[in-house]
Amino acid sequence: MFFDNLPALAVAVPLFGAFLTPLVSKIGDRARNVFVILVMGLTTTVVFLLVNDVFTNGIQTYVFGGSYQPGETVIRIFFEVDGLSAFMAIIAVVLPLVAVIYSWGFMKKETGLDKYYTLILLMTTGMIGLVLTGDMFNFFVFLEITSISSAALVAFWVNKGKAVDAGFKYIVISTIGALFVLFAIALLYGQYDALNMAVLANSIQYTFLDKMALVLLLVALAMKAGIVPMHMWLPDAYGCAPSSVTLVLIGATQASLYGVFRVVFTLYGRELTTAVNQVSLNVLLSVFIVALALATIVVGVLMALKQSNLKRMIAFAAVAEIGYMILAVGAALSTITVDSNTGVTMLTESGEMALKGGLFHIINDALDIGLLFLVAGAIYYATRETSVNKLGGLARNMKYTTVFFLIGLLAVSGMPPMNGFASKLLIYESTYQINPILAVIAILCSILLLAVFVKVFHSVFLGPKLSVFKDTKEVPKSMLLAMGIIAIVIVFFGIFPELVVNNIVQPAADALTDMLKNGLYVKAVLGVI
Amino acid sequence: MIYNIPYLAVAALILVGLYGVVFKRNLIKMVIGVTLIESGVNLFLITLGYRKGSTAPIYTSSPGGLMSLPVPQALTLTSIVIGVAVLALMLSFIVYIYRHYKTLDARKIGGEDE
Amino acid sequence: MSMGMSKIVKTVSSVVFPFIVIYGLYIIAHGHLTPGGGFQGGAVVASGCAMLLVAHGSIWTIGKIREKQLSILESTGAVAFILLALLGLVFGTVFFKNFLVGNKFLFGEIPGYLSRVANFNTGGVLPLMNFAVGLKVIAGLFAIVLVMAYATSTFKKGEMEDGKR
Repeated sequence: MFFDNLPALAVAVPLFGAFLTPLVSKIGDRARNVFVILVMGLTTTVVFLLVNDVFTNGIQTYVFGGSYQPGETVIRIFFEVDGLSAFMAIIAVVLPLVAVIYSWGFMKKETGLDKYYTLILLMTTGMIGLVLTGDMFNFFVFLEITSISSAALVAFWVNKGKAVDAGFKYIVISTIGALFVLFAIALLYGQYDALNMAVLANSIQYTFLDKMALVLLLVALAMKAGIVPMHMWLPDAYGCAPSSVTLVLIGATQASLYGVFRVVFTLYGRELTTAVNQVSLNVLLSVFIVALALATIVVGVLMALKQSNLKRMIAFAAVAEIGYMILAVGAALSTITVDSNTGVTMLTESGEMALKGGLFHIINDALDIGLLFLVAGAIYYATRETSVNKLGGLARNMKYTTVFFLIGLLAVSGMPPMNGFASKLLIYESTYQINPILAVIAILCSILLLAVFVKVFHSVFLGPKLSVFKDTKEVPKSMLLAMGIIAIVIVFFGIFPELVVNNIVQPAADALTDMLKNGLYVKAVLGVI
Repeated sequence: MIYNIPYLAVAALILVGLYGVVFKRNLIKMVIGVTLIESGVNLFLITLGYRKGSTAPIYTSSPGGLMSLPVPQALTLTSIVIGVAVLALMLSFIVYIYRHYKTLDARKIGGEDE
Repeated sequence: MSMGMSKIVKTVSSVVFPFIVIYGLYIIAHGHLTPGGGFQGGAVVASGCAMLLVAHGSIWTIGKIREKQLSILESTGAVAFILLALLGLVFGTVFFKNFLVGNKFLFGEIPGYLSRVANFNTGGVLPLMNFAVGLKVIAGLFAIVLVMAYATSTFKKGEMEDGKR
């Protein structure tokens, strides 16, 4: 009974926990914290069991409230979990788990924590649902659940005007984005009479209305993923939210990125090689995505250089990192070709490698940027200061935090032996084969990123001990534990990248190119291809 | 022709809403713009499900015959419910923004350093 | 707004209030038969409460019911909804399974094919879920209106109410 219902339980457990939290917090603060961590732990267990199931047995489908045989038409809440969904679900569940452990110490002195934990659990529900669902309308609903709860969390420190302003900006942007998504869903529904992604992917024709829907979906989801020139909300939201919330926000941003991949590769997967005016869709999309990616990397790095606020600086680095992911995926898109003899659609070898690099970088970015944000939060917790210029000499007082920052710094700028090096190397190698200029720009910006963070490391942690921070102590154990978990995973991924790529990333990359080759995603629902 | 009027209304609502969000400086007017876009999208969904001469899809004492499609109506209801939550959240943000900055002008808020 | 309106308004709203509540509850209870349901009926009841709030002022209302109590009610509604869905997993086979269909006691009857006569005792877990959603929406919407009214009414005095919603 338990093992047949894993996709539903992955969403039901955090949702149930979210609404029980206000009731449990009547008992006491400690009981509430333990309860939330237990719920997150249970969710993580469920998701990992599900992921294991998907990686060994292939695509899992689940219909809420009824049974179903492949080939039947069902209008129900429908989950379809393939390799890509499973891969993203790991990120969507690990980040909140670390965040709630971190919150135990970090948010101790705040009030209104029952609502804080409720919202974090709701956000987890939204993210997991977003990546597991196989239905366009559900996708919209989970997108909205994620945006509403994360906007409320961004503005958690309501006595800071700037935080509320960032929250307002975020909710306006995400609502408009979500409404665009809904409009696109309506366009698709009006034509094909279906909301199921697999059914839509099977019957899509690439008509004028489909093109409109594609543009709307891409713009809206790119806006939510923080891609330049629609990134203006991201540094504000990342910078003003409590650090533990920012960690979960990274997951929410990447869930939107997952939406972009799902739309391009699955929903429009059959039409990727359709030519319009002698230019096929994949080349068109690839030019568009690569241009946006380069802009994202360059703008992110340059803006990070001139920030003096530590959290805003990391936020702009996060923007740049998103650029690397879509650069790799965009480059991979351009290599899709149809073999004229056999009629088989395939990617070149470098395209496959770029895809793997891009996907691997998603999980690495979540860990690296997440760790840096947690360290920034720890510094704020210990010193109540965020400006880089006013900090100094903290290495003497905060030994562990210094080590964690060093790990995050090396990882984010792609230095061996950290995980950032493994994925960035894949991206450099593959994009160099596709177009050398892309790789050159990517490497240059990576070096600049290293310069940014070495400067920060020097001015914050090294140097003479400042008298202001004489009594600064190391942060509580729960925060160190949270940072330690991420740091260990980063080093582990960096030392054994092959293990991760073969076991986690490869199924996700296969799921992305599935519509071009086998169409298993459609077959799982319709029974035939 | 008469059945195309809802689609024109949809386009008009969404464009007016976008204008409000992009060009208005008053935060309340921006929120009104967002709700206008939402109404436009909801109207679009409802219109998709309607067929000429159809009745509402309720079985209880219905006259029978052609019924309009209930799925878009269910979708619209969900969208309205979400819209209420978003609206409440945005308005509470505005209460806090006004309390902090004593203004609703989008140009004058959020400019200060921490 | 904080002090309430004239005596006429207060009296009339008090008289009308029960009718609005009954109408809202009717919409919730008949959600599985006619248009409406938990959210719509709950919104009607919550708007009735909001009417009382406008007539009597937020200070009076906050003396009658606190935002904390509403928040507990809201959580209870949500928990009940998900519990019903989870019970589908326990008694049926899948999450959200309508496990009450076909029983003899509670909302278990199955209407005939294309039957056009309304039978209240149908729908399985749907009416129960409507009640849960109704409770959540009444408490949630009223709490939002209450907190906002209270926050804006005490604005001039500069009192900060710790109502992070």
